[in-house]
Amino acid sequence: MEGVVNLQLSSKSVGVFEAFYNSVKPIQLISSNIEVAKAGKIPGGKTEIPFEFPLHTKGNKVLYETYHGVFVNIQYSLRCDMRRSLLAKDLSRNCEFIVHCQPQKAKVAPTPVNFTITPDTLENTRERSLLPKFLIRGHLDATHCVISQPLTGEVVLENSDVPIKSIELQLVRVETCGCAEGYARDATEIQNIQIAEGDVCHGLSIPIYMVFPRLFTCPTLETTNFKVEFEVNVVIVLHDDHLITENFPLKLCRV
Amino acid sequence: TAGCPFHHRPSASRSRGRNYEAELQRCRPEVALVEFGDYHPLKPIMVTDTKTRHGARKGSTSSSSSSSSSVPPDPLSSMLDGTDPLSMFAAASASETPAISRSRKEKEEEAVGADFEPWSSKRGEILARFTTTEKLSINLFMGSDRGKAPSPGSSAVSEKVRTRLEELDDLEEGSQRELLNLSQQDYANRIEELNQSLKEAWASDQKVKALKIVIQCSKLLSDTSVIQFYPSKFVLITDILDTFGQLVYDRIWSMCSDPRPLPDSFTVDDVNDTAKETCLNWFFKIASIRELLPRLYVEAAILKCNRFLNKSGIQETLPRLTAMIKGIGDPLVAAYTRAYLCRVGVEVAPHLKDSLNQNFFDLLGTFRQIGGESVRKQLALQRVEAPEYLTLYSPAISWILQCIAYRAPEDYVNCAEIWVEFTCRHFTKREVNTILADIIKHMTPDRAFEDAYSQLQSVIRKILTYFHDFSVLFSMERFLPFLDMFQKDSVRVEVCRSIMEIFIKHQLDLTRDPVILNAMLHICKTMHDSVNALTLEDERRSLALLIIGFIRMVSFGRDFEQQLSFCVEARATFCNLEPVLVQLIHTVNQLAMETRRVMRGSHSRKTAAFVRACAAYSFITIPSLSSIFSRLSLYLLSGQVALANQCLSQADAFLKAAVSILPEVPRSISVEGKLRSSESFLLDFTNNFLAMLLVVPDHPEHGVLYLVRGLLNMVQDYTWEDNSDAKVRVYVSALPLLAAMGQETYVYSVPKVDSNETLYGGDPKFLSEINKLCETLIGQILDHLKVLGRDEGTRRQGALAFSLFGVLLAHGDLRNNKLSQLAVNLWNLSHKHGHCEPRVSVRTLEFVKHQAQQPDMSHLSDTVQRLTLQSRT
Repeated sequence: MEGVVNLQLSSKSVGVFEAFYNSVKPIQLISSNIEVAKAGKIPGGKTEIPFEFPLHTKGNKVLYETYHGVFVNIQYSLRCDMRRSLLAKDLSRNCEFIVHCQPQKAKVAPTPVNFTITPDTLENTRERSLLPKFLIRGHLDATHCVISQPLTGEVVLENSDVPIKSIELQLVRVETCGCAEGYARDATEIQNIQIAEGDVCHGLSIPIYMVFPRLFTCPTLETTNFKVEFEVNVVIVLHDDHLITENFPLKLCRV
Repeated sequence: TAGCPFHHRPSASRSRGRNYEAELQRCRPEVALVEFGDYHPLKPIMVTDTKTRHGARKGSTSSSSSSSSSVPPDPLSSMLDGTDPLSMFAAASASETPAISRSRKEKEEEAVGADFEPWSSKRGEILARFTTTEKLSINLFMGSDRGKAPSPGSSAVSEKVRTRLEELDDLEEGSQRELLNLSQQDYANRIEELNQSLKEAWASDQKVKALKIVIQCSKLLSDTSVIQFYPSKFVLITDILDTFGQLVYDRIWSMCSDPRPLPDSFTVDDVNDTAKETCLNWFFKIASIRELLPRLYVEAAILKCNRFLNKSGIQETLPRLTAMIKGIGDPLVAAYTRAYLCRVGVEVAPHLKDSLNQNFFDLLGTFRQIGGESVRKQLALQRVEAPEYLTLYSPAISWILQCIAYRAPEDYVNCAEIWVEFTCRHFTKREVNTILADIIKHMTPDRAFEDAYSQLQSVIRKILTYFHDFSVLFSMERFLPFLDMFQKDSVRVEVCRSIMEIFIKHQLDLTRDPVILNAMLHICKTMHDSVNALTLEDERRSLALLIIGFIRMVSFGRDFEQQLSFCVEARATFCNLEPVLVQLIHTVNQLAMETRRVMRGSHSRKTAAFVRACAAYSFITIPSLSSIFSRLSLYLLSGQVALANQCLSQADAFLKAAVSILPEVPRSISVEGKLRSSESFLLDFTNNFLAMLLVVPDHPEHGVLYLVRGLLNMVQDYTWEDNSDAKVRVYVSALPLLAAMGQETYVYSVPKVDSNETLYGGDPKFLSEINKLCETLIGQILDHLKVLGRDEGTRRQGALAFSLFGVLLAHGDLRNNKLSQLAVNLWNLSHKHGHCEPRVSVRTLEFVKHQAQQPDMSHLSDTVQRLTLQSRT
């Protein structure tokens, strides 16, 4: 049985941080070996051999939750090897298993986060004067989220000079790998969920609802060597393909 | 292994050695390892669209292009390729999907009853109605599926199927496939092919492909080109969704069929963990579908699968999906999505009504979209007129309404209650009648009306607010059948009462309209029949008043006979309500008088017979009344009417009847709930009766003054209260009558009826009879006065003496010395004990003095000399 954190630098970061390329090596969280059957003959037919492993970490290491990301991967696996006589090939089989932390007892009181988007609230605009007028209001019920519960809220297109094409929720992972020498921080999309399509009715509250996908999300993680964080973007696509994005950092936990 | 049951054990042991665990294992289907990723829902589909718009920057951003230079290879699809551990778990329990027995499916469909017009009967209609000759296109984008595995178990798949699947595989090479220039029939065929492909992909364990087909098909529903075909397109594509929903459900159901099939009424606890996990995976997978419309449709398609996960799943999902539809900008697409959600909702959980209603309200809330700019532009582009466009909504809306109305008598009746007012205000009786018919149709099954009395009553109230013309009201065929739904007595009577109140208030003209009469008789009879021994007196009285109100409005004009026969019918119908009978007698009496007026007092043979019939009516009706004073006064009144109509023997009979029941008058009667002495009522009646007797001619076969004597005899024999002067008061009252009878010309008479004045023509014998009678009466009065003197009744003695004095003064001939002396004595007697009111005495004296100055009255001067005023001292 083995539990490993694999860190990988993104291709765009490699050039910049080539100096410490070598320092990013897998972090072993847990590793254990047992013999489940002594040497001998296994009779014909189906034989089931029970086994168990205690999940004891190596030294002062912590078991993180299973997470499949781009630059950070936390995986636990079982490998079974069967050594055979000289003439036959050894057999081997690999199998991943999922680790979830014990839910914490704490209770999360949701704090709604309101937002209003108009041309004036936008940063990062070169052609503000070219933008059509619009007013979008909404809220997220919480940005401190329970991973097993959906992200919820609502968005209202109060008015807009031009029809909108789409409203989407973009779930983004922000992975940071690093050590004393420096770090690489990359944001990539996990999934994009459309919540409105076409010229939606003005003044109507459109629900924000997104289930956190399993495996690809885990409770927000911050260690000395790497970080896994999540953000959500509310993206409004105007008819002329203008993109308006409102970013909300999330904190995920398991309670 | 030693305990293996397959080993032959040549022992003599009687019972076979058992290893139950092993036997159980043997009975389970063989666990075959399936290549993971082949069918599992969590496999690659997750994000097929890789044109990621990168938005990892903090704060709001805006850019005019959706392209981004830093697109990493889609991490999800690569990540999931064959390494998904969840797939592996599920694979461990994979087994062939057994065919689901037909009967079970049928049973499940019975969740909505046979009274629900099923979708299957609508779909043909829609396909036939929404057609086009324009060319259609199907645009399928199957996304990239690099790691596709060859279909396993290909030996089990027929050659034809394999070919088709291979075609599909071709189609899937990460590319778009556009089928253009399709006729309507081509389109339907293509969709049906996709439906088949879906089933085949499923059967060959290519679950991911199946899901892709469903997603792509759902996407077609956001395409509104050739808009007039949209309803039909919806029908074709939702067939595929239905197929998919059933496949997923059956699959998970079959995973729980070990060791025995799940019962239809299974609960979450009956579902094993593997099935739950698989089911959950489907939901996770669908939750990550990128586009809104397919995500909505596909989740709706497997709504029923929530049953495997938790009790409240369906209940929580329906409102969420309903709210999500608000994100669909195109109103037509949104309306049909709602129709589909309602369709699935009503099939899976017909008892959950809230979301159905919410869908309808949301639909109304976005109605303004229909006139919006986007729609206008689209219609202009496709050259479709607005009226035609609007008809495209009708199948969706009618379906939603059908779902809402299904087995919803309460909701239904609440709506109907509002609708009926709208209809009453703006339409005619014809439309209102239609609504009534519809309400009856909905509320009759299972006696649903029993729970809706208040709403149904409100319907009646609203109709009555707008329809005051009762001939119109009752010409609605369904009005009376509607009333029949009020089967609880109290409610029924209350409704009838409210109708009657409006009738009495608004029916201003007399009527003979047979429609009104029949209906009102029915309503009044209902009220009358509700009366029983337990009915309170107040209730009886108010019901009687309402019925009387109706009877008073009935008039057949000159057709008096018809009127009389109406009264005959009414008497039979309302026999338990005395006030109604009293009214009927009055009505008939009035009828007789009306006849007399029309004939100007001279009856023809025919009218004479008619008024006698009226008299007969009263004569046989009066005895059925229990109130003695009602009987007495009606006998008297009917006697007067009979006399006025020259029905002498009838008048005689009435008066004789009145006299004959006098002894029955109780000494005390109940007036407004209190027992009171009947004496004053009786005195009033006898005075009235005496006044009447002046004009009644003596019956030729009976003696002179037969009726007067009869009355006085009855008065004499009546058991008056002890210490009462009533009897004597009647005697005092009789004296003026006798005096009047002796006149040559009577003070009043009945036209065309000869009174005793003419009959006897002042015959001395007659006069002497009168005088004798007067003497007897005066003798009786004087005897009584003596008794009073003895018994210390001096105050009563004084009053009585004074009243006799008054009668003698007014009617007696005081030239007669005896009489004059009697008058003086009475005066003195009345003043003897000082109980007389001095002012009355003074005024009486002044009157006598004044009379004495009249011609022929000079003899009074002597008398007045002898009347002295005594001071009290």
